[in-house]
Amino acid sequence: MPAPIRLRELIRTIRTARTQAEEREMIQKECAAIRSSFREEDNTYRCRNVAKLLYMHMLGYPAHFGQLECLKLIASQKFTDKRIGYLGAMLLLDERQDVHLLMTNCIKNDLNHSTQYVQGLALCTLGCMGSSEMCRDLAGEVEKLLKTSNSYLRKKAALCAVHVIRKVPELMEMFLPATKNLLSEKNHGVLHTSVVLLTEMCERSPDMLAHFRKLVPQLVRILKNLIMSGYSPEHDVSGISDPFLQVRILRLLRILGKSDDDSSEAMNDILAQVATNTETSKNVGNAILYETVLTIMDIKSESGLRVLAINILGRFLLNNDKNIRYVALTSLLKTVQTDHNAVQRHRSTIVDCLKDLDVSIKRRAMELSFALVNGNNIRGMMKELLYFLDSCDPEFKADCASGVFLAAEKYAPSKRWHIDTIMRVLTTAGSYVRDDSVPNLIQLITNSVEMHAYTVQRLYKALLDDISQQPLVQVASWCIGEYGDLLVSGQCEEEEPIQVTEDEVLDVLEGLLVSNLSTPVTRGYALTAIMKLSTRFSSVNRIKKVVSIYGSSIDVELQQRAVEYNALFKKYDHMRPALLERMPIMEKTATNGPTEIVQTNGETEPSVVESKHLPPVTHSCISQSFDYLLLLTLCLGIPPMTAYNKNGLKIDFTFERANPNPNIAVITIHASNSTEADMTDFVFQAAVPKTFQLQLLSPSSNVVPALNQGTVTQVIRVLNPQKQQLRMRIKLTYTLKGSAVQDLAEVNNFPPQSWQ
Amino acid sequence: MHFLYPMCCFNSLLNLTCQNQNNYIQDHLKSALFDAFCLTADVFNRPLCSLISLFFHFFSSFQMQFMLLFSRQGKLRLQKWYVPLSDKEKKKITRELVQTVLARKPKMCSFLEWRDLKIVYKRYASLYFCCAIEDQDNELITLEIIHRYVELLDKYFGSVCELDIIFNFEKAYFILDEFLLGGEAQETSKKNVLKAIEQADLLQEV
Repeated sequence: MPAPIRLRELIRTIRTARTQAEEREMIQKECAAIRSSFREEDNTYRCRNVAKLLYMHMLGYPAHFGQLECLKLIASQKFTDKRIGYLGAMLLLDERQDVHLLMTNCIKNDLNHSTQYVQGLALCTLGCMGSSEMCRDLAGEVEKLLKTSNSYLRKKAALCAVHVIRKVPELMEMFLPATKNLLSEKNHGVLHTSVVLLTEMCERSPDMLAHFRKLVPQLVRILKNLIMSGYSPEHDVSGISDPFLQVRILRLLRILGKSDDDSSEAMNDILAQVATNTETSKNVGNAILYETVLTIMDIKSESGLRVLAINILGRFLLNNDKNIRYVALTSLLKTVQTDHNAVQRHRSTIVDCLKDLDVSIKRRAMELSFALVNGNNIRGMMKELLYFLDSCDPEFKADCASGVFLAAEKYAPSKRWHIDTIMRVLTTAGSYVRDDSVPNLIQLITNSVEMHAYTVQRLYKALLDDISQQPLVQVASWCIGEYGDLLVSGQCEEEEPIQVTEDEVLDVLEGLLVSNLSTPVTRGYALTAIMKLSTRFSSVNRIKKVVSIYGSSIDVELQQRAVEYNALFKKYDHMRPALLERMPIMEKTATNGPTEIVQTNGETEPSVVESKHLPPVTHSCISQSFDYLLLLTLCLGIPPMTAYNKNGLKIDFTFERANPNPNIAVITIHASNSTEADMTDFVFQAAVPKTFQLQLLSPSSNVVPALNQGTVTQVIRVLNPQKQQLRMRIKLTYTLKGSAVQDLAEVNNFPPQSWQ
Repeated sequence: MHFLYPMCCFNSLLNLTCQNQNNYIQDHLKSALFDAFCLTADVFNRPLCSLISLFFHFFSSFQMQFMLLFSRQGKLRLQKWYVPLSDKEKKKITRELVQTVLARKPKMCSFLEWRDLKIVYKRYASLYFCCAIEDQDNELITLEIIHRYVELLDKYFGSVCELDIIFNFEKAYFILDEFLLGGEAQETSKKNVLKAIEQADLLQEV
């Protein structure tokens, strides 16, 4: 049997293939040769064959038959074999393969090998792809190596420990003793990896976090040395000493200082020093500044430092380097909630970024602009944003439109301006508007009683121009159905009333019904609108005819409607006027309906993501759809209730039944804050009598924004097998204007449907 | 299918995974959700995507998830994965990401949001170096990490070019594994990384 060809030879050969088919043929031939070589248990060339297999795997060809061979290579005594074997294991094996567990013993042996490079290979492999089972088995070995004086191994063991903790969080405790003197190392590699390990532990466990707070002075000292020390060729990057270590230390300081006044104070000086002394001409300096800014904003820093941080971001915004501008916008987005005024100062620069060519920057600028909109700048900002909506890429239009609607709803200076803005969005980006905007807008228009005539007139004119944009058409049809009488009677005060007859209106609506551009949903709107006009217009016969025609429509939805409306004309004509009456003003429901999701565009989304808790998905998703919401409340019939309302903090409960278990009541709490300041560190706790079982899921956030600008939601599941009357004791803790507030309350006013 | 139905399903899956501490089941659920994510991510369905992306945030912390090196023609030259994914998933991600990055114009910034990850990429001659990091990570320092890796390759191969990485891909991996471990830098001194590689090379039996 001739020796298998060398790796480089194979690569060269494969690269000469001119077509995909030719390449495939070569690969198949070589794979066959490799397979027979494997079958022959050839030790000499196994390494070479596996290496070739890895190359072919990278090209996209299957290589699973090499998995066991990798294990054999790992078990070999030769270093060359082990090197390729471990590489193969990392590429071909992962924790999904049952085979991978066979590696455990080899790795264990190699972790105790006499050569540090073999130990290194084992640590690296374990730290990259070790499964939970492997980690459990080998954690002890890793912990041993974490205490060695060999810095080459110690640094690898630290990162391996990080992986172990990620896979098996319960094992975190066992690494605690080894962390005792990690930071007194001089070796930068060990320092860096130690900081990573400490960061991981502090992030996962509040107890660890409290325990490691005492390291803050030491970390500050290390950072100071890095900055003050002279040129160190080994760690220098463009004049900065070990930027990687600096960034990791800053990040750890951020976590340690987060809700702790003492730690924050201890790091104040060093943060100011880094912020002012770091060289900003190269990316590396800016990377450190960026991390510093993030840290300053997250800890309890004094206001002077915060202003310094925001100004750094402001300077970033003017930087020529696109990457820096992008990063600045991202950070400003994170800080806009807490330091709103400081960020406002940079508003004009941010708005300019809307015109940037880069898509990522435009998106960030858009999100930030929406976050900066307030009652004072609404007119100016909206002008810019509407201009942006006109000219931006389609991928932005939906988010921009939703953002505009939300901002307009919150800060509209007048009803007329509001309606005009909506019209502008519907006509320019009408087809990108989200489905849930239609019910929102309908509600808004209904509630702006004095603007009905103006609105319907403008919508009618828009329909005459263009019927392709479905959301616009749907809203318009609905309005014409409701307020068609105002349209025909020419009652508009705001602008010149147009002259239009009943027949012309019906022509337009019928046009929608037959047009190919209309979706089935739109047709439904149009038909209903026509029906409503039967009580507002005099040409009832024409309407009857249209309705009866659609009684045999192919579209089932349309057919059903038409048949029912027909019945209204025939048997239930006495009920028709009452049924088709003007819609009453709709109340915004307590479940924070559709606005919650719309608000996630750059406003609440960053904080939701940052808190790393799952938001209570149950209610916010379901209540997205207006119809679904109505359906829910109709079907379940459990009305929401206010559980607590004191000192500006209001907690509402909304209910739903958890299928399939009817004994479980799912309660969503909505905490809102009507005071002027945010309530931070908000924690909601609940206790129930012994016959019940309670489960509290993670809250959406622990900051309840001031002035009812948002709510914190949290889901409670109560198991009530004995169907007893539900009672609950709740405990609320939060920090308001610097002082901690705690309150206990009993909740006894649960509606009977929630526990029966 | 109305998007609310899969959302309710995901919601239940999410609740299940939160309640279930068993890693094995969690991993299976994660992978099921990931598959579904791939399916639905193609549909412009932001609520669903945000939902699933939030799920991934819940399970991850600061971490580099993977690093890819590919040529201007989209040929993969190196792939290092720091999260467990099936071969199928890896192929899908690679294919889509390569397409997305290659479509970027030269003057655009080095960062882009892709699914729920941040992608940091930089082109060096004919090779694109692409890292996927998580939301909390520092993009600018990731650029420095990429640069450091390129410097290491350059020092080792002596004025490195794409061909060096093609013909010596296993060495490129060895160097990467001496520089990063589990997605984090294990050694911040260029000299030490190169020294370790040198010593290890010497151990290779001829």
